[in-house]
Amino acid sequence: MPTTMDVLVCIKRVPAVGAEIALTADATAIDTRHLGFTIGPHEECAVEEAVRLAERTGGRAGVLTVGPPATEEQLRYALSMGADHAVRVDAPVADPEPEVTAAAIAGALGELPPYDLVLFGEASADAGHAQVGFRVACALRRPVVGGVKGIEVGDGRVSLRREAGGGVEVHDAPLPAVAAVLEGLNLPRYPTIKGRLRAKKAPVRVLAGPAATSGLRTRRLRHRPEARAETVLLGQGAGAAPAVVDVLAELGVVR
Amino acid sequence: MSAFPDRAQVVVIGAGIVGNAVVHHLARLGWRDVLLVDKGPLPDPGGSTGHASNFVFPVDHSREITLLTGDSSRQYAELDTLTTCGGIEVARTEERVQELHRRMSSARAWGIDAELISPAEVAEKVPFLDPSVVLAGFWTPSVAVVDPLRAGELMRERATAAGALTVSALTEVLAIVTEGGRVTRVRTDRGDVETEYVVVACGVWSPRIAALAGATIPLTPAVHQMIDVGPIAELAETGREIAFPIIRDMDPLMYERQSGPDLEIGSYAHRPILCDPDDIPSIAAAALSPTQLPFTPDDFDPQMEAALELFGGILDRPDAGIRHAINGLLSLTPDGHPLLGETEVRGLWSAAAVWIKEGPGVGRLIAEWMTCGAPEIDPHASDVARFAPHERTRAHVRARAAEGFNKTYGIIHPREQWSSDRGARRSPFFPREEALGAEFFEVAGWERPQWYRSNEPLVAELGVEDRPHEWDARWWSPITSAEHLAMRRAVAMIDLSAFSQFAVHGPGALAYLQHLCVAQMDRPVGRVIYTPVLGPDGGFRTDLTVVRLGDDAFRVITGASDGARDLAWFRRHLPADGSVALEDVTSAVCTLGLWGPRARDVLAAITDDDVTDAAFPFATARTVHVGSIPVLALRLSYVGELGWELHTATEHGLRLWDAVAAAGAPHGIVPAGIGVYGTTARIEKGYRLMGHELDAEHGPVEAGLALPRIKEADFVGKAAYTKAREGEPEATLCTLRLDGTTRFPQGGEPILTPDGARITDRRGRPSYVTSAGTAPSLGTHLMLAYLPPWHAVEGTGLLVEYLGERYPVTVARAGRTPLFDPDDTRMRG
Repeated sequence: MPTTMDVLVCIKRVPAVGAEIALTADATAIDTRHLGFTIGPHEECAVEEAVRLAERTGGRAGVLTVGPPATEEQLRYALSMGADHAVRVDAPVADPEPEVTAAAIAGALGELPPYDLVLFGEASADAGHAQVGFRVACALRRPVVGGVKGIEVGDGRVSLRREAGGGVEVHDAPLPAVAAVLEGLNLPRYPTIKGRLRAKKAPVRVLAGPAATSGLRTRRLRHRPEARAETVLLGQGAGAAPAVVDVLAELGVVR
Repeated sequence: MSAFPDRAQVVVIGAGIVGNAVVHHLARLGWRDVLLVDKGPLPDPGGSTGHASNFVFPVDHSREITLLTGDSSRQYAELDTLTTCGGIEVARTEERVQELHRRMSSARAWGIDAELISPAEVAEKVPFLDPSVVLAGFWTPSVAVVDPLRAGELMRERATAAGALTVSALTEVLAIVTEGGRVTRVRTDRGDVETEYVVVACGVWSPRIAALAGATIPLTPAVHQMIDVGPIAELAETGREIAFPIIRDMDPLMYERQSGPDLEIGSYAHRPILCDPDDIPSIAAAALSPTQLPFTPDDFDPQMEAALELFGGILDRPDAGIRHAINGLLSLTPDGHPLLGETEVRGLWSAAAVWIKEGPGVGRLIAEWMTCGAPEIDPHASDVARFAPHERTRAHVRARAAEGFNKTYGIIHPREQWSSDRGARRSPFFPREEALGAEFFEVAGWERPQWYRSNEPLVAELGVEDRPHEWDARWWSPITSAEHLAMRRAVAMIDLSAFSQFAVHGPGALAYLQHLCVAQMDRPVGRVIYTPVLGPDGGFRTDLTVVRLGDDAFRVITGASDGARDLAWFRRHLPADGSVALEDVTSAVCTLGLWGPRARDVLAAITDDDVTDAAFPFATARTVHVGSIPVLALRLSYVGELGWELHTATEHGLRLWDAVAAAGAPHGIVPAGIGVYGTTARIEKGYRLMGHELDAEHGPVEAGLALPRIKEADFVGKAAYTKAREGEPEATLCTLRLDGTTRFPQGGEPILTPDGARITDRRGRPSYVTSAGTAPSLGTHLMLAYLPPWHAVEGTGLLVEYLGERYPVTVARAGRTPLFDPDDTRMRG
């Protein structure tokens, strides 16, 4: 039985987009006027993992985000999944540049009670910089592993599994440690009604945020050149069956 | 897919349940070259049909909606897309229990099997529900779940098989071209189509599509929140989409239904969240679908608490997760009813603001209307033409939709008034009325005094009794009865400025009105003519007063609530040759009614013109001068008293009011409200009201309004009218007297035989209260109802069911002869 694990998951509020993404008039950001917000799938898995680790070890599962009050919606979502406390580091936007975000999180970790494990999603669902987890680990001088798809904790240590080059790497690190996880780590649960109602009333601890910026600016976003998915009609009725079998064989579904 | 056509008999835009039903029924009725287009893919183009809860509760207080729902259910069943599961509306409060009794009355009136059941019986049918928070349940066994996407597919298949339909999905309508106020062409991103008819069945997008043609469809998209919670073992193990009755938890304004292994929870309780048609995301940009917007959880939290109270046993489990949560879009209108019929652009039809439960029925109704000129189900309350111009504005639509949203499961009193966007139309008398403490009720935006607090002392003086039960007395005052008695005793002045008035003139005016009206219009100048106006099938389209002002000049005066609808009807029938001019002069004219035994004394005191009976007989009109104000005086009455309607230019109104009030003071004049005009005095005289007694299902013969002779000139509905006169009527409009009770039915209640059986005529039409009102001069409470001949016999004892109780009533009058002053001596006096 591992020792009690206190886990913190850092999450980011991102727009929930459809197939086509609208940009603002100056093309420096996604136009979110008609969009809802969410957290990325990697981060959902991170929250699920934290909740499970805390449940299994009798520890605590916290969530943290950097951003304005609106980002508490995502903190409450994580709380409704089973996280037990939430921290918001105040910032004017939910997407300061990675260096600033990392500095804010590192600063916050100095003020918060210590955690055994700090989890990140591999990369945010919108910007996808994949930097913050590593920057935080460096700032804290803790070991960090990215692309994690398996976590096992032992006495004072954590074993982190990742896929690499067609094989699997297993890293063993002393706690406290940092990991950036990938979707597929687990199957995240849906929030429950009770969870949601608890989350709604839960307090969110707010910490002062970063003042400085690193000077990194987004100059322009561009849509990918349109890659139209072609729909191929394989045929109609029973006559289509051989073609379907061929496709399934090609996909390796049948042999 | 066949090539995109360059010509179609009709283009139907929108392939949701409504558009599919329209093309199916058009094909069935013989239309060919029907083109159905949708911007989205099939079978689910992304509109509200794709995410609806798909359940059908058959009982509504509105007969029109109940008929549309019943027709739809039959169609869904015939397509094998309906699963009957039963449904229960549960009450948590005493007020709701009363409302469930009222729903029982409506169920009985419309002939739908339903039963009030105890909390234990509710829990028997839905074992995982906590009965301790429930006081009663309204159980309707025929509640069902339908599959509108599959139904739509089958309807398209049928129309296609008939060789009538071309379907073009992924086709965006870019423009609708009109010429001379008529649709001529639809421009799409696949090419242009020439057509004379377009049906807008675009749900939440309808206003935007109609605007392409310059027409208005006054609805707003609004959010209805829904979540799915599961998996729940008890539901999953049934192996069925729906195995338990649907619960409508009426007091928290929400519902719960099984959806496979999940419980779906929907709400009409959250704050109104309106959206603009232009802000709905495209299919590509939407995360789920254009009409499934991002869920806003804060708005739903109170509903989760309410759901836990009722279904805590299955919802409060760690593995039952919120698997799906949306802000689904639906269409809301200013009055909650659908928007059906031809718009202000000829050939452009609206089939919008329709729920799943009405979709197929609306399809049939629209197709019949387009084909025959009149549908079988009377679309009176759903007619898209019913709105005054200000009611079509974005601001009004949004204000009323926001107010109406939380009334979706609300307890709505029949006289309940809107509170938003009031004061849109005020008569020139308004300042005086306000000073007299008028209680204003609204009709078509007009503020009309219902009663005046200044008359309160009359209540005691005239010995008027209050109503002991709150529901009976809501939106009512004993002052109305006092004003009534004061009018019958002396004289009253009544603001009737909300009347809709049309000036009709030109060389073709007489022939035009002859064609629209049942009564002979070729009467001497100065004649006031009451006339039914019929639809092609001989049912009532409206009834109104026509005044012949000159050889080629007429004034048409009709009620405020049907004014816009009547104007559309009159406009639609204008001859193309320009020989008739039709002008809406409603706002140019104000009207003051002056009635009572002393009315002539009052009028004589303010005019030098001769107003004696010899000089100014009944049913005539003349211009008189009140000081320097020209007044068109009409000697007629809807209250059964001697008197006049005094019409003058709006700017003279205040002066006219003051002159009448001052001259009336020595005669004991009182201002009287519409409570007297529209209810108490009217019902004592048995006068019929459009939208209540008068509807498309009944003609003048049954309403007792057949005229002595049929005129020679042809008119709309003449054949049916002539035929109806030849046989015995299947129903007769009767006046019923309530025998000794302190309860007061208000309209819509079923009339039953003495042993409690439902009454229908040979055509299956039910007997129910079309109007009810206290008759202060007769000391009783009266109701109007159509009865089949075997019950339409004076002296017959029957029952009325009101809020769960049955009260004896007596047929006091069969036919039109008034109970009060049957010989009309008072108004001829």
